[in-house]
Amino acid sequence: MSGFTVIRAGTAPDLPTPATPKRVPHRGGAANPSAEALKARFGDAIRRVDVVWGETSVTIDAAKVLDIVRWLHDDTSQSYEYLVDVTAVEFRDRALPIEVIWHLRSIKYRRFLRLKGLIEKGNPLSVPSVWAVYKGADWLERECYDMFGITFTGHPDLRRILLWEQYAEGFPLRKDFPLRGRFSRAEQLRQALSANPEARYSMEELSIADAFAELPLDMRERIKHGESTGE
Amino acid sequence: MAAKRTVEVELSTTGIGADGRPQRVPLVAGDTGGLALQAPPALEPELEGEHMLINIGPQHPATHGVLRLVLELDGETVVRCIPHIGYLHCGFEKIGEYRQYNQIIPWTDRDDYLNCVGNNIAFSLGAEMLFGIEITPRCTVLRVIGMELSRIISHLVWMGTTAIDIGAFTPFLWSFQERENVYNLLEGWVGARLTTSASRVGGMAADIPDGWLDGLKAFVRAFPKTLDECDRMLTKNAVWVGRTVGLGVMSPEEALNYGLSGPMLRASGVDYDVRKDFPYLDYETYDWEVPVGVHGDVYDRYLVRMEEMRQSVRIVEQAMARLPDGPVNVDDPRVILPPKHKATSEMESMIHHFKNVMEGPRPAIGESYVAVEAPKGEKGYYMVSDGSAKPVRWRIRPPSFVNLSAIPKMVEGHLLSDVIAINASIDIVMGEIDR
Repeated sequence: MSGFTVIRAGTAPDLPTPATPKRVPHRGGAANPSAEALKARFGDAIRRVDVVWGETSVTIDAAKVLDIVRWLHDDTSQSYEYLVDVTAVEFRDRALPIEVIWHLRSIKYRRFLRLKGLIEKGNPLSVPSVWAVYKGADWLERECYDMFGITFTGHPDLRRILLWEQYAEGFPLRKDFPLRGRFSRAEQLRQALSANPEARYSMEELSIADAFAELPLDMRERIKHGESTGE
Repeated sequence: MAAKRTVEVELSTTGIGADGRPQRVPLVAGDTGGLALQAPPALEPELEGEHMLINIGPQHPATHGVLRLVLELDGETVVRCIPHIGYLHCGFEKIGEYRQYNQIIPWTDRDDYLNCVGNNIAFSLGAEMLFGIEITPRCTVLRVIGMELSRIISHLVWMGTTAIDIGAFTPFLWSFQERENVYNLLEGWVGARLTTSASRVGGMAADIPDGWLDGLKAFVRAFPKTLDECDRMLTKNAVWVGRTVGLGVMSPEEALNYGLSGPMLRASGVDYDVRKDFPYLDYETYDWEVPVGVHGDVYDRYLVRMEEMRQSVRIVEQAMARLPDGPVNVDDPRVILPPKHKATSEMESMIHHFKNVMEGPRPAIGESYVAVEAPKGEKGYYMVSDGSAKPVRWRIRPPSFVNLSAIPKMVEGHLLSDVIAINASIDIVMGEIDR
């Protein structure tokens, strides 16, 4: 009757009983064993290992992230089955590189690992997508693209997710983006009022059904001229 | 660590009738019917024709917020689902970069607004990690009470609204009545009902007032009875079972791969709870169990959430029994404001007060990701500090955002009416998804 076998967390042998971390040191402390394993497996692609507030950050060559993540996911000695988060950090110091962050968890070994890929200023903001390994990366990478303009190569459908498709002010979480946006309030208002609320379907969606004939006239005209609509 | 428990349920499900057509079989207690668990019917070839485009939302009572789903239908069967989000986006993470740590706490109220206390505490835990602060024993226990109360609120809203979506009105009234009781308690504690801002870096906004625990005791005594009533209304109700069993099935491997968390993940049979596996606030010292489903469908998600509320009551009872005396806030003038009478009479306290308010406390350079088990799943706050009073980056790891991203996978192949049930089972809060 039952569909599935229950997956138990922490099933690897000889794991300590999990406990609330106490008196965590700022720097140093025991590193996640996966960091050493990564160094042994990938050599130069592993740039450095830090332990900050008890969490292990492994700085990697961002171009190799898909290989690294695939190995972490597939290798039974690592078993990072769970992608927690994909995000990025830009520092106030403009000279520092942009960091792309992957947070991974191993359910089996009860481990938490942070991968960091650095993108030096001036280099193209592009890293490989990990969607091929974790389907959960789909929206997380889209959000990261939406907010930072980082392109995840290999993502099947990389487009804006929280902002709309024609959003022209840039990428909000970049430090050169002013808190109130790039356009003036008047311009933002003008654009909001001139938006066509009917044009809310994307071309992909419109192609789903043969609903073309039922669209408003102006929208049909715009689509005929090759204009992309929707979000 | 207590042994984890698996919820066993006896189910009948969508099955194939004598004429070879799919049919729903109502549940009878103890009757397993011998039917195989399977997804509702795929396309019926003889009816295949023009597909229809249906738009649900953004303004629709059953989308639980401003969610928009574009559905391609073949007859009544969903062939493709394209979700659109972002209608509530207001840039919390950007605003957080312009706020001191304590000033961010009101924003955490507004991301998942059904779990305000839980979010406040989660953020405080993350900030305290950056500051290297150990909170007091009394504060730890009070925070556990706050977190479990807000889990109960969130699950009650989930149960009520989902029952309405599926056509049962009464559980909504009962669950919202109990929710009012919790809000009355929170009002007595921190003065606010919905947007509580209950915690501060290094402590809480306020200690509980005298007699507050009596009110809490009355609540935990009465609440399980209401829960049992809802249980009797729904768990074996033929309509409820028929509309939830076998829908939106995610296998454990799929659920992990899609990044689901919380009741969604556990209903799929993955025994992962942040409180058990990466504990915080001394959760490992409480005696409670993690309910785990075995079918990964909407019905199991319901069972898991119902059981979680009971377990939350257990945790609250234990927390009340062990609540120690002592200060709530840490004795650390870097982050905690001095009492007002000292700030107006002692020079040093006045300086601390001034610097704390005007400049804000400064953590060491570093970063921390602190995750808690929110009602929706693993909620994490990732903060990066460059040593100034405002974070360089404040990232919310939104559980319902990731859970919702699996909705195309869950609804495709199901009927249009089942989309409502599946969407409800994800327990989304658009404030958290759009941020």
